[in-house]
Amino acid sequence: MTEKIVISGFGGQGVMFMGKILAYAGMLADKEVSWIPSYGPEMRGGTANCSVTVSNQEINCPVVTKPSIVVAMNTPSQEKFLSTLIPGGLLVVNSSIVKEEANRTDVKVLRIPAQELAADKVGKASLANVVILGAMLAKMDLLSIQDVVLAIKEVVAAKRPEMLAINQQALEVGMSYVKENNL
Amino acid sequence: MAPGSSTINRKRVVALKKYLLKGNEAIAEAAIKAGCRLFFGYPITPSTEIIEYMAKHLPAVDGSFVQAESEVSAINMCYGAAGAGVRVMTASSSPGMSLMQEGLSYIAANELPVVLVNIVRAGPGLGGLGPSQADYFQATKGGGHGDYRLIVLAPNSVQELVDLTRDAFDLADMHRNPVLLIADGILGQMMEPVVFKELEAPSLPDKTWATTGAEGRPRNIITSYALQNEIGEANCLRWEAKYKNIAATEQRWEQYMIDDADYVVVAYGTTARIAKAAVQQARQEGIKVGLLRPVTLWPFPVKAFAALGGKVKGYLTVELSAGQMIEDVRLAINCAVPVHLCNRQGGMVPSPEEVLARFKEVFPNSVEGGV
Amino acid sequence: MKEVFTRSKALTEAPFHYCPGCTHGIIHRLVAEKIEEMDLLGKAIGVTPVGCAGFCQQYFNIDMQGAAHGRAPAVATGIKRALPDKFVFTYQGDGDLASIGIAEIMHAAARGENITAIFVNNAIYGMTGGQMAPTTLPGQKTSTSPFGREASLAGFPLDMPRIMAQIEGAAYVASVSVDSPKNVIQAKRAIGQAFECQLAGRGFSFVSILSTCPTNWGLSPVKSLEWLREKMMQQFALGILKDVSAK
Repeated sequence: MTEKIVISGFGGQGVMFMGKILAYAGMLADKEVSWIPSYGPEMRGGTANCSVTVSNQEINCPVVTKPSIVVAMNTPSQEKFLSTLIPGGLLVVNSSIVKEEANRTDVKVLRIPAQELAADKVGKASLANVVILGAMLAKMDLLSIQDVVLAIKEVVAAKRPEMLAINQQALEVGMSYVKENNL
Repeated sequence: MAPGSSTINRKRVVALKKYLLKGNEAIAEAAIKAGCRLFFGYPITPSTEIIEYMAKHLPAVDGSFVQAESEVSAINMCYGAAGAGVRVMTASSSPGMSLMQEGLSYIAANELPVVLVNIVRAGPGLGGLGPSQADYFQATKGGGHGDYRLIVLAPNSVQELVDLTRDAFDLADMHRNPVLLIADGILGQMMEPVVFKELEAPSLPDKTWATTGAEGRPRNIITSYALQNEIGEANCLRWEAKYKNIAATEQRWEQYMIDDADYVVVAYGTTARIAKAAVQQARQEGIKVGLLRPVTLWPFPVKAFAALGGKVKGYLTVELSAGQMIEDVRLAINCAVPVHLCNRQGGMVPSPEEVLARFKEVFPNSVEGGV
Repeated sequence: MKEVFTRSKALTEAPFHYCPGCTHGIIHRLVAEKIEEMDLLGKAIGVTPVGCAGFCQQYFNIDMQGAAHGRAPAVATGIKRALPDKFVFTYQGDGDLASIGIAEIMHAAARGENITAIFVNNAIYGMTGGQMAPTTLPGQKTSTSPFGREASLAGFPLDMPRIMAQIEGAAYVASVSVDSPKNVIQAKRAIGQAFECQLAGRGFSFVSILSTCPTNWGLSPVKSLEWLREKMMQQFALGILKDVSAK
């Protein structure tokens, strides 16, 4: 079982962080993982993306050209990566920003109003990326919400312990949204 | 590490905690763990995390870090420090490596153990920041003036960046020769889990030649100036003998599904991983193809090709260049069978499907029932 | 019989290869005498340039490294960072230091690198046979300024000690000459002060020494000394330009 995930959005939406947390969670869960950022000038403003592979087997090709999951935090990201998604793949969209419907019927689409959920239910709009992660985890078999909480504990909460509870809450808000709405 | 040989033989003692590190950070940490206490460099994408990591972490181990005014200066600082007998490293990316070639020629001529890292980006010229393998010629054929060789190590994972960085310092001291760790930009930028293995240190020669102040011993001179041609030739013969010894003892490679292979894909670094995925897909289709991954680019693992004998019908190299390593493959097999190229350039990377398609295109007979 | 003069222990027995009337020999001796007098024989590491002094590792009886053209301050930086308790100096000519190596010397000073640079300025490239240097005087004929250095084409000479004195990291900067016994004594004193500056850990020290090149100037040794006094000293005025310990 291998998941190849592309996470894309504006600089500042925390897409690199989301990828790092996923890779870290995979490592703690004894999976094989790799994380590749878009680097260089793309880091300074504009659209940034990273690719994460989480697998039960050795990862031969760390470069993700045909993802099984695409997380689009903004409209250009959906435009750029939707066509690369494999048939039967998962598209997770930040519908707070992305108003255009996905024009594919052979993939599963989760439209998550992440910013509203983060603001209203978590009380911190900047955690929209973590809400999206929670929504994605609802449909991803390879990692559990507990794996990701462990990763947040080591990566974030080691220095800022007060951040753990609110991040965990954001994950649960995202996951519950998927379940409650039968997405 | 599979076949090949090395004068650095290690017994694994214990595996430690797993870390999720960027390739560049992993190189820097591995260097510090290998006893590197001096780093001289100049920032350049996509290698900059190495210099940043060193700036932050060397002071804690009583090391010294200098952000030089240029790569020209950085490599010459390495020359001085290595000549003083201390483990030293620099890191750069392609345009910066070009600037270092002058100093590198002097370092090779004076047989100084310096470890260099080139996180290769697309060239020529200022080029782009994407991954590339177009510095193969510069690395393996000598980018500076004169007749010299670098030991060139080509890792293909963050773990191997760690392991080969450690080996690079030992190989440099063992052979009194600069060692270059070469990796495309993806390897420098990607994160993978790594462990830092506790390893036995190999037995290395004392640096009795170092300029440390001639207290209680005859003075040491480090110079490559030899205006008398007879002395110049004697120096060249000494270097030649050293390079022959390294070529005989330090070839390393990895091979995959090669025993019954009719065809062999040859690739190093990131493209070797992409090629491995392509080989797996081909095998599922019943194509008898294997992978040969050079780990040392110099010395090139000619022994691996010799061992395959005459049973291979053709080779395909996968490269992020216009085709550079392909020349060494052709030399290694004396052009006995066709050698083809699958490549992308300018920062682009082929997919496993592209590699497989190219393979079928150049070797149509490899496919069951093919013509 | 009383011995009044002997070879410094910091010099080997190899005879100097320098041309008759060239003052490299005097400068070598002054540096060597200071190394011996200041008890630095087992502690000193020298870095040689490319140029006429590129062979000075044959003469200084201490550990030496030979640098590429202009790179001596970078090499010396590497040595000093590796071995901060040792005494490290460069010996460089004007082409080496003021032309191809100007970035290395200025940034070594800017960092306040605790090394000493001995700068020998004879206003010409000696080793390659008399080409124009960055310190060649206006109107001076060389093989690459055959009609005399013309400012509109080839610019103006660089007064290195005055440039170096502007740099905050430079702790000691002197401009001296070896054209007369009095100036030789003053030059030796300046070399000693520069060495003390390094030993006290005060930072970068720089001694510029005006020197002759009778062969490439096309003058006799005696006329060369006159030319140095009349022409070079007008362009490159002598003096202790900076000494942070004197404040």
